[in-house]
Amino acid sequence: MKERMSLIVFSGTVDKLMAASILATGGAAMGLEVEVFLTNWGLAAFRKGDYKENTRITKEYEDFGPMMMQQMQAKKVPSWMENLKAAKEVGDMKVLACSMTLELFGWTKNDLEPIVEDVTGVATFVDRAKDSRITLFI
Amino acid sequence: MPDPITIPDARIDREVDARGSFCPGPLMELIRVVRAAPVGSVLSVLSSDPGSAKDIPAWIQKAGYEFLGAYALEGYTRFVMRKTH
Repeated sequence: MKERMSLIVFSGTVDKLMAASILATGGAAMGLEVEVFLTNWGLAAFRKGDYKENTRITKEYEDFGPMMMQQMQAKKVPSWMENLKAAKEVGDMKVLACSMTLELFGWTKNDLEPIVEDVTGVATFVDRAKDSRITLFI
Repeated sequence: MPDPITIPDARIDREVDARGSFCPGPLMELIRVVRAAPVGSVLSVLSSDPGSAKDIPAWIQKAGYEFLGAYALEGYTRFVMRKTH
């Protein structure tokens, strides 16, 4: 087993991206190799510029959305994108895009935020996730 | 209450004020300061985030530095460490 944490980020809502980014930051800080695999709406959230306007919240908790966004602003909580940048700065954290989703949406790596390092297939991800101590689907 | 700048047997070379910053903010700020500081420095971080009480000592231990203590002040805590390598 590697000291690695693999996150599958499927969701593109701010609440879940926030949770994923904090876990990635914690993992990187504690010296784990962190791999974030973006698929579906998780990948869509990394389309260039999207994160600046993203205020989407998980459907079941929609009514809490405006309050959460307001509190985050008032308390100057770093955004999930800032957390990911911090994770990269303090440790070993990679953001990978799912090639299938990319193709499905008709995008290329150039359409994504620069924090996305590479494009991989599911087999590569699974092969690396099988040696990870922590694997989470968010 | 401990003296704000001097702790029992060490002088703080560099302190970062991360009060008001949320998990994992204070830890991230400490890591940045540690990276930039020379070996042997005594460094501290001020945090008002309750998560820091366990997170910061755990990180210091994991990174192999010397944890010199946590000092509770009014509404925040000062965590002190030595960069030993």
